[in-house]
Amino acid sequence: MTVLRAVADRRFLFGAWPWRAAAFLASTVPVGVAVAFPFGLLGLPWLVLVARGSPSVSDVPLLVGGSVALAAFGPLVALPLADVERARLRLVDERVLRSEHRAAADAWTWLRTRYTEAATWRELGYALLLVTAGPVVYGLVLMVPVLLISWLLAPFAVGDGPVALGLGTVDTQAQALPFAVAAVLLLPAVPYLLAVVAGAHAAVATALLGTRDLRAELIEVTRSRARLADAFEAERQRIERDLHDGAQQRLISLSLQLGVARLLLDEEAPAGAAVADAHRQAKELMTELRELIHGIRPQLLTDLGLPDALRELADRSPVPADVRASLPGRPAPHLETTAYFVVAEALTNVAKHSGAERVAVTVAREADVLTVEILDDGRGGADPGGGTGLTGLADRVAAVDGRMLLASPAGGPTRLRVELPWVAA
Amino acid sequence: MGRGVTAVRTVLAEDGVLLREGLVGVLGRFGFDVVAAVGDADALLHAVDSTAPDLVITDIRMPPGFTDEGLRAALTLRRRHPELAVVALSQFVQHAYASELLESGDGRRIGYLLKDRVVDVAEFVRALHRIVEGGTVVDPDVVRRLLRRRSDPVSRLSSREREVLALVAEGHSNATIARRMFLSEAAVGKHVGNVLSKLDLPPATDGNRRVLAVLTWLRSAARDG
Repeated sequence: MTVLRAVADRRFLFGAWPWRAAAFLASTVPVGVAVAFPFGLLGLPWLVLVARGSPSVSDVPLLVGGSVALAAFGPLVALPLADVERARLRLVDERVLRSEHRAAADAWTWLRTRYTEAATWRELGYALLLVTAGPVVYGLVLMVPVLLISWLLAPFAVGDGPVALGLGTVDTQAQALPFAVAAVLLLPAVPYLLAVVAGAHAAVATALLGTRDLRAELIEVTRSRARLADAFEAERQRIERDLHDGAQQRLISLSLQLGVARLLLDEEAPAGAAVADAHRQAKELMTELRELIHGIRPQLLTDLGLPDALRELADRSPVPADVRASLPGRPAPHLETTAYFVVAEALTNVAKHSGAERVAVTVAREADVLTVEILDDGRGGADPGGGTGLTGLADRVAAVDGRMLLASPAGGPTRLRVELPWVAA
Repeated sequence: MGRGVTAVRTVLAEDGVLLREGLVGVLGRFGFDVVAAVGDADALLHAVDSTAPDLVITDIRMPPGFTDEGLRAALTLRRRHPELAVVALSQFVQHAYASELLESGDGRRIGYLLKDRVVDVAEFVRALHRIVEGGTVVDPDVVRRLLRRRSDPVSRLSSREREVLALVAEGHSNATIARRMFLSEAAVGKHVGNVLSKLDLPPATDGNRRVLAVLTWLRSAARDG
């Protein structure tokens, strides 16, 4: 929730937000005053220039001196100011604003890092805005409630002579009354004004002082996604194991019984034909169940790991496929499954669409990335939007925080590359 | 067929109880004497030591790790008892498994079959007999996939010669191959000769060359991945 969003709420006036905006604006004053002193000193050369008026060549040393002083010492004020402001921003924006500064171990590194960071100079910019534009804006804003209060009190003050009310001067109570009425009507608008000004200040501060914690949120999202992928993977393995130990075993056993019965009966007799048919159906069901289990999580993958499973996959590929795979240890199960299905889908695509003669599958670990590359010598022109299963692949890859790259110029070759952040098993 | 005096003494290792019982029934019915039926690799080694069987049929994937315990046990048994016939049942086609098995001992009396194959009872029993009689049987699925590869030394073979090699790998004799391919036995013999010479197998070795041919093939497949 932010103060600017709160303004749009019908119950804004009766909530905490007007007070929070007021507190923010009021607390700006001491903060501004506190930094105005050092900046006044650092900016002294510039102030002299402004006071002199007409610029000339002799002013150059002053100009340079002022800039150097600000650049050298400004950050020392701007950095703590930024810390204070980020904390103060919570008054008008509940989301955490994170500093973009990098961590530094010792004093020397700290200095070197701070003076070379863009964030430092943005914070200096904020400090300069606060001490220059700040007083002007805040002065104008302050005038509004002061004026309205003077209008409100005007009917009681006119007895002692004419009263100046900004938009004119009044002598009598009758003249003052419309101002008082206008003041009563306008007073409820004051909180809105304060909120908008506080919101605008916050927006500027947010833009200059840090990052809206996106990275932290992203890391969290990534983590929770990885947790989900792991959970799915565990569930997959459980289902695969259950089907294998249960249904598949029973079905093989049943098929075996039918196979025996078939041998004992004359296939020409009605009973023999029926049993032969049942045996055939049971065998078909075995194949279907095996494919189903395979689709959930290939047993070969669980038992032997990615390289061997990919070789088996390549064996079944209609287009001759060469697999080059060597990995230092096994990656996490969800990576194995993703890489496996990427290759499976890619090989299917190659067979269906590419017209390729050969396809090369390369799997390797490069630094902290598991890379899978499928290169075919087909006609190219693969379109991720063309219903070739590439979109589904990309989704699958994104789910484990990886990325998919495709180069498929018309005429070929097609190169599909998938990069998955390496997580050890 | 029933049990006769030549009943093959068999030890069966399979962790699924239903399938194990089913197989015991089938084997008994078709003239095998199942002297032990066990559920894991350690029990298998133990059973073979105590019963001295002619044939071992073992699932590859067994407890406790559910990876290749059965295969390891089979290889151990082949080292300890070179004359023992061993059939390994695999969940999936894995060339490395097949070639490891075939390279154990003299490469004979050995079989590598997909587990699903057992339900074609008659064919399964015939394969068992071929193995016990000294043959080598590689699952037709393994063979089919190997044939699709092009990077093998096998690529030097003509399509006819490959067909012949595939049937050799499944453990068939020249006579059976001739019947299956509608060729004369002499023609099959010529094809087999061509296969052996194209695979650079020395003529000095005897019938064992058939096994060597299959081995060459599997080795190259395992090496290429």
